[in-house]
Amino acid sequence: MGVTRRDFIKISGAGAAGLVLTQLGFDLSPIEIYAQEFKLKGAKETTTVCCYCSVGCGMIVHTDSQGKIINLEGDPEHPISEGALCAKGAASYQIAVNENRLKKVRYRAPYSDKWKEVSWDWALDKMAANIKKSREASFSPKNAAGQVVNRTNGIASVGSAAMDNEECWLYSKMLRALGLVYIEHQARI
Amino acid sequence: MTNHYIDFRNADVILNMGGNVAENHPVSFKWIQAAQEKGAVFIHVDPRFTRTSTKADIFVRLRSGTDIAFLGGMIKYIFDNKLYDEFYVKNYTNAGFMVNPKFNFNDGLFSGYDAQKRSYDASTWALEKDEAGIPKQDPTLAGDRTVFQLLKKHYDRYTLDKVSDITGTPKEDLLKVYQAYGSTGTPDKAGTELYAMGWTQHTVGVQNIRAMSIIQSLLGNMGIAGGGVNALRGESNVQGSTDQALLFDLLPGYLPNARAQWATLADYNKTNTPSSKDPRSVNWWKNRPKYVASYLKTMYGEKATKENDFGYGWLPKLDPTQNASWLNLFDEMYKGAFTGFLAWGMNPACSGAHAGKVRQAMTKLDWMINVNVFDNETGSFWNGPGMNPKKIKTEVFQLPCAASMEKEGSISNSGRLMQWRYKAVNPPGVAKPDGDIMYELFKKVRALYEKDKGVLADPILSLKWDYETNGHFDIHQVAKEINGYFLEDVPEHPVDKKAYKKGTLVPSFVFLLDDGRTSSGNWVYCASYTEAGNMAARRKKTDPTGLGLYPEWSWAWPVNRRIIYNRASVDLEGNPRNPKRALLKWDAEGKKWVGDVPDGPAPPMGDKGVYPFIMKPDGVASLFGPGLKDGPFPEHYEPLECPIEKNLMSGQMINPAIKLFKEGMDKFASCDPKYPFVCSTYRVTEHWQTGVLTRWLPWLIEAEPQMFVEMSLELGKLKGIKNGERVMVSTHRGQVEAVAIVTNRLKPFLVAGQTIHQIGLPYHFGWLHPKKGGDSANLLTPTVGDPNTMIPESKAFMANVTKLAKQPAPKARKA
Repeated sequence: MGVTRRDFIKISGAGAAGLVLTQLGFDLSPIEIYAQEFKLKGAKETTTVCCYCSVGCGMIVHTDSQGKIINLEGDPEHPISEGALCAKGAASYQIAVNENRLKKVRYRAPYSDKWKEVSWDWALDKMAANIKKSREASFSPKNAAGQVVNRTNGIASVGSAAMDNEECWLYSKMLRALGLVYIEHQARI
Repeated sequence: MTNHYIDFRNADVILNMGGNVAENHPVSFKWIQAAQEKGAVFIHVDPRFTRTSTKADIFVRLRSGTDIAFLGGMIKYIFDNKLYDEFYVKNYTNAGFMVNPKFNFNDGLFSGYDAQKRSYDASTWALEKDEAGIPKQDPTLAGDRTVFQLLKKHYDRYTLDKVSDITGTPKEDLLKVYQAYGSTGTPDKAGTELYAMGWTQHTVGVQNIRAMSIIQSLLGNMGIAGGGVNALRGESNVQGSTDQALLFDLLPGYLPNARAQWATLADYNKTNTPSSKDPRSVNWWKNRPKYVASYLKTMYGEKATKENDFGYGWLPKLDPTQNASWLNLFDEMYKGAFTGFLAWGMNPACSGAHAGKVRQAMTKLDWMINVNVFDNETGSFWNGPGMNPKKIKTEVFQLPCAASMEKEGSISNSGRLMQWRYKAVNPPGVAKPDGDIMYELFKKVRALYEKDKGVLADPILSLKWDYETNGHFDIHQVAKEINGYFLEDVPEHPVDKKAYKKGTLVPSFVFLLDDGRTSSGNWVYCASYTEAGNMAARRKKTDPTGLGLYPEWSWAWPVNRRIIYNRASVDLEGNPRNPKRALLKWDAEGKKWVGDVPDGPAPPMGDKGVYPFIMKPDGVASLFGPGLKDGPFPEHYEPLECPIEKNLMSGQMINPAIKLFKEGMDKFASCDPKYPFVCSTYRVTEHWQTGVLTRWLPWLIEAEPQMFVEMSLELGKLKGIKNGERVMVSTHRGQVEAVAIVTNRLKPFLVAGQTIHQIGLPYHFGWLHPKKGGDSANLLTPTVGDPNTMIPESKAFMANVTKLAKQPAPKARKA
């Protein structure tokens, strides 16, 4: 019978060292066992699913009492992946813990050569005004043949298969309410 | 996918053609290996030897863009050797149906072609019907006009010699694959096909997949455990985003988008609701009006009434034949048609075919909204190579969003498995989940319209936009609305005569109504979030069939069916045709199906029961498929850019129905000595798509730090390029610098007596990061797409590769 890493931690955390080592069938230094236990002791486990390809591998994210990610690994209970992850999935810890993440709202003014940090409120107001302006300027109640079309010709959107189902649905709803027909995303490429 | 990942283990023969499963869907490979351990044969067909090939029992090469020739030869082999599953073909496909006598095929063209318009009038591609409107059939399959005989005749031309000449695959290699795969035409054997962008990114992309569907239908491999035609999709939720219709031509749940010629909901329903006069055909799409009405109720809520067509008039409408898909979108942007653009969770500056044109197109915009987890070449396009920021007017808003483990919601994998993800941590800085961002943004837009109405404010002011719990955006409320509610008390539901309470969640799409009493944001997801709870969050691992369906682990659309068309796995009495892998069985005493969720509850087909393919108007699998733009049978055409002067199959060089972009920056050429090598783009395990979510990760960029191009030892010799040297890859559109990998993984092809070299490179890189990693391979690819899907032809185009005069100084060797 295979011993998964979770089993291993469970067993190694049980205490009676002699029994543990017999169960595992091989020797490990007590220090290593202690280190493994220490790292995840008291950690909160949250299940998630990998964000990369479409296999849908299960993952467990361990967070500490401060809410910080301290570990991410394959979910051994998951029927498709059975605890396995590929190089990308295993590295996805570094998506969350990464100093290169976008952390601020940024704005690039016309003809500018740099980004400027702005607030959500400022950006949302300006984006909403832009959307309205473009919609007003390009809205066609009817097409050339006189048929009702009620569409905004001057705005297009691409994205995103990287969003959750609920977000995709909501995004589709918003774009259609604004009158867009140029709505595309990753599935087309 | 018709089937699902774990199901690979149930196959006897697995064909991976049009993909590289070991490197691009690595963890799923365990199920291929599980099948191999039980004796299954794994076949890999690809231009390049990859890590998938290393594990294959049979690996054979073919030239990029010649899959239909390869598969056409297999169809001929199946006919010549009578390997087809006769019971299945006679009962579950349209093999015995009669085709319109005016249909014909001559020298690469089907009847009805208009060379001026580069399109077909498909009216002759029809099945004949009797006076009652039921398709005429010849159960002997012997008549000249039967689908069976026409199919046989069409592929009789795909001889081994011809196929080998086109594909560059030696005849003995073709035979190896044909024999192995053709062995699955008996009820006790299952064959499955796994494909990815290696089949879709061609000007014959849809027909590649159609050709395989024909093979699977002939061999009786559809609707069975270990069978199917399975798209291994590239993104974790590209199945879901397609289902939710982030595409110009669809509304959620595969409802066609509204068009100008359908002025009213009645017009829309009349054109888009297929009918069948055959009592044996379930014709599930007859229910379309219920799904549309329920969708419109989620759009406009109480403002959607019977009197106003549930708000149908407010939906934006395409012109009658307008195609607003990706390539056209960027062509329009390049011509200056848009002032505003949202690149939300996407990086088209690297992912779009002919990326140089895409980047130029962005300079024509007034504003762009770019939402992402990391900075990317799209949001920062104004700062890229060849751009002068001082001359670019585009305002850019770059919004930081939460990563997958920083928010809650569901994603759907390729097996249509909808899995719930929980939030583990907060996003960094001021980053927010995409859902929160769009929720706030639309509220701002709506507030502006409340203040000053402007043009047609009704669809904005009437939109149902109320997904808050305790003052915060709540994704569960959206999930529930996608499932749908009863909006009024239904004292006696027409389906089961039971009472349903207003405000309760609809148990499944069977209960949706067309009169406004139900809502459902996406009918295929109806049953995902019910009064019994959030089905996508389930984690119970029962496996009653022993086939790995795990019906209580999360939830699969539709209605938790794990294998689509599963009624084709049983005989006319409802007994499994392969008792060893019994997917479904009719319990005659209990009068119910046991096993997977059946494709409809009707009893077995028997003499008078219903056909198994319930989504098809005729109820059977389409060997003859009249619904496409480029013909009812797949036919080999060369890629838009190809290395040979003549299509060996016919006088039609390229797919006659593709749109040609010839203006502005769009250029292409065949047999141009400047660009003599066939080129493909592809992926590696350590990166993903344009690399936005991988290039910034230190572990991954260390593993795969830079752009490379693979070529054969023979080509390296021919061009004087050694392994590790820096080279330039160029096409009519652009050029990309790369490190040469001169390798045995590629070999020259012998195509019609001519030596053809093929090269390939990954498309994960971009100029922004890492600094010396190289730019996007899509600077090379052409603006051309499949006529049905408009997916670009990134897998076969013509390029050159040359050694750079300046090579980096060799590193000093340590003593």
